[in-house]
Amino acid sequence: MESIYNKFSNLEHVQVEQAASGTVVTVAPEKLYETAIYLKNEEKYDYLFDMVGMDYGAQLGVIYYLSQSENPNHILTLKTNTAHCDKPRLFSVHDLWMSAPVFEREIYDFFGITFINNPDMRRIFLRADWNGYPLRKNYNPDPKINPISGHNEDIADMERVPSVTLNMGMEEQHIRQLFEEDEYVINFGPQHPAMHGVLHLRVSLDGEIIKKIDPNFGYIHRGVEKMCESYTYPQLLHLADRLDYLSGSMNRHAVCLCVENALQMEVPQRAQYVRTIFDELTRIASHLLGWGCMCMDMGSITAFVYGMRDREKIMDIFEETAGGRLMPSHAVIGGLACDIHPDFQKKVKEFIPYMRKMLKEHHLLFSKNPIAVGRMKNIAYLDKDKAISLGATGPTGRASNWHNDIRKITPYAAYNKVNFEEVLRPGGETYDRYYIRLDEIEQSLRIIEQLVDNIPEGSFAEKTKAVIRLPEGDFLQRVENARGQFGVHITSTGDKNPYRVHFRSPSLVLVGALKEISINVKVADLIMIGASLDYVIPCIDR
Amino acid sequence: MISFSDITKWLDDTLRLFLNDGWTLLVEFVLIGIAILAAYAVLALILIYVERKVCAFFQCRIGPNRVGKWGILQSVADMIKILLKELIAIRKSDRFLFFSAMFLVIIASVCTFGALPFANGLHALDFNIGIFYLLAVSSLGIVGILLAGWASRSKYTMLGAMRSGAQLISYEISAGLSLMTIVVLAGTMQLSEIVNQQAELWFIFKGHIPAMIAFLIYIIAGHAETNRGPFDLPEAESELTAGYHTEFSGIQFGFFYLAEYLNLFIIAAIAATVFLGGWMPFQVPGWESFNIIMAYIPSWLWFFGKTFACVFLSLWVRWSFPRLRIDQLLNLEWKILMPIAIINIVLMAVWVVMW
Repeated sequence: MESIYNKFSNLEHVQVEQAASGTVVTVAPEKLYETAIYLKNEEKYDYLFDMVGMDYGAQLGVIYYLSQSENPNHILTLKTNTAHCDKPRLFSVHDLWMSAPVFEREIYDFFGITFINNPDMRRIFLRADWNGYPLRKNYNPDPKINPISGHNEDIADMERVPSVTLNMGMEEQHIRQLFEEDEYVINFGPQHPAMHGVLHLRVSLDGEIIKKIDPNFGYIHRGVEKMCESYTYPQLLHLADRLDYLSGSMNRHAVCLCVENALQMEVPQRAQYVRTIFDELTRIASHLLGWGCMCMDMGSITAFVYGMRDREKIMDIFEETAGGRLMPSHAVIGGLACDIHPDFQKKVKEFIPYMRKMLKEHHLLFSKNPIAVGRMKNIAYLDKDKAISLGATGPTGRASNWHNDIRKITPYAAYNKVNFEEVLRPGGETYDRYYIRLDEIEQSLRIIEQLVDNIPEGSFAEKTKAVIRLPEGDFLQRVENARGQFGVHITSTGDKNPYRVHFRSPSLVLVGALKEISINVKVADLIMIGASLDYVIPCIDR
Repeated sequence: MISFSDITKWLDDTLRLFLNDGWTLLVEFVLIGIAILAAYAVLALILIYVERKVCAFFQCRIGPNRVGKWGILQSVADMIKILLKELIAIRKSDRFLFFSAMFLVIIASVCTFGALPFANGLHALDFNIGIFYLLAVSSLGIVGILLAGWASRSKYTMLGAMRSGAQLISYEISAGLSLMTIVVLAGTMQLSEIVNQQAELWFIFKGHIPAMIAFLIYIIAGHAETNRGPFDLPEAESELTAGYHTEFSGIQFGFFYLAEYLNLFIIAAIAATVFLGGWMPFQVPGWESFNIIMAYIPSWLWFFGKTFACVFLSLWVRWSFPRLRIDQLLNLEWKILMPIAIINIVLMAVWVVMW
């Protein structure tokens, strides 16, 4: 941190301050790119965790959350502002972090900030003909402005890629075509049996070999972040666990933690233990489904049914205690919605040896199958540097040997009270991404095993005020969900509604990874690689 | 042993009492045609039910259990449903080829089906080049598949059709070579003769190791020819939605579906006929009383028993393995199965000469 102070302290367009969350660097827009280069190259901030677009009323802004792969518990906040006008401009950092282009597209879509030099400035979630930028505070949601369209979006609109560059101080607009006239382009999705949701991939093929991939998002976009701005804090929870529906518990936990930390509230130990157990059970369920889907995408439907069968046991445990199955909705701000069922511990303890036995069976059925191994080995290699640059966290990053587990980096809830291993695999291939999930199930079982017998007695929830108001400021909370680092950013003005809520989706960047590693593989492998990354579409299309 | 030829002979004699030669033949042809088509349809329904039940048991499920006792009428209900469905014609598709594709597939399948020896005396077509005929006619089906993919005017079906072209043509070589291995041993291509030669001992035992290798290769290659998992690349549900028959609806799709199941049966039946003695009972030289008991079991039961055992093997494989990739698939054929099959046929020839 010293070096950042020394570097920037005598410059007037850069301000450095030390906040509770870490270093905050505020920079004038014209110096943004320089600062970013310095942070990336000299200070080794090689991981762009997230970019949050902001509308401060008079100004539009972007908050960059940067982190170092060497020192992952450190987060640097880089803030910049640009005038609120018709054509706000900022410099793109797309060549510094590979995850940046997609974040910038999202900010362009919602705030209308054009990033100069970003080669792809299409809208990401909304249609090309949408009027207005919905996350701006002065956005007019009148349906007359954007009537429901009776016709399909023209596919040509998806292929015209605009971009803006700066040449000798003059702006130049460019439009390029994504695909050549004679390319063999296939649509995978939005409706496709292997797409696990409504993701639309446009794939250019040479025979069976993939030459180019262009993902289209937004088919299930619900405007969660905009909705959050008119909701109270307890209401946010219900939207959060519907993002990545397979990691519902963890996402909900993230929002709870973010609000609790902002309020500096002490959560009872009992609640923390149960939350951790729920998180880990959800992780097992998600990995089982991920495993099964991946097997199914490779043509082995039996494995999918086995995965579902074991997952059902977890759903039953959830149902008994919380009422919900896929989304237990058990964590609330201050603790838990209700106490655990009297049979909860017994059921969980029965589940652990059952799952261990079934894990062996799953390995026997699939992990050593010569066809499966032949298909997954030496395919779609993702090296560590690329994984960091892409922000591909979670099992995907760990399969490329990147230590990125938030449970280890900044332990929350009861994770500092248990022994478990952060599974790392050096391979970076599809097989490693496949195998690591089964290994993580074992680790989750270990965590649950250590906690389930030691759930402390006492109250399960702290009393909260009827109306929760957060103190003024920006709050960030990261948790490890089943797909990677999930982040919640809340900007509060002290009101009962948040001023701005942003969710960092681990799945969005995984699609970027798919685009990166699936070039020159066969069509059959594209589906399998997608399943090995295990993205969940509603989390992408927030 | 009871022979169905007694019944057919009686029928023939009765008809000749009333009709002249030409009319008798015509009536017999029509009867045989109806019988084969009926058997074809009924077998398909049974196979679909069997597959669903077996698959369910592999997956720890119950399977169909609502229509009829144990759900046995499920496939009948499905058939009625599929007959009632609308036939959708694809705009800008090649209509003639589009509608003829499924007939080519089903014709190839029925023609092969008609030449199988189902039981003692229950054998409609018995050429002296029986095996050659089976190989020739069954490979016609691929034309239908290619046409279906081409005429649908969709990129998915096109990919599926091209894959199946590469796959079926490749695997026919191994399947043909492994059948030829047995032809070398038997010295004939006539199916009835091949079955008769296995009266004392099945070819898989008679031919020692080369015959066993040939059987294995035939089962693998034959399985690949039926387009079923792990060789279901042309359909590859998770990649190509449904491959070459994506655009077909109702009974048009039903025909492909029917042909797929019957091809499964045909491949198993050929394996049973050529390697496992066809409708001949299991006999062990020297075990007289055992042989007599075995011979009491009717010949059609032997045939269907062996065939369904092979079908079960195929289902077992299908519901256990993941799908191969196209390069793995072709490697398996051209670098492993075909060289082994060629060496094997030489081995068999040497063995036959030395005997």
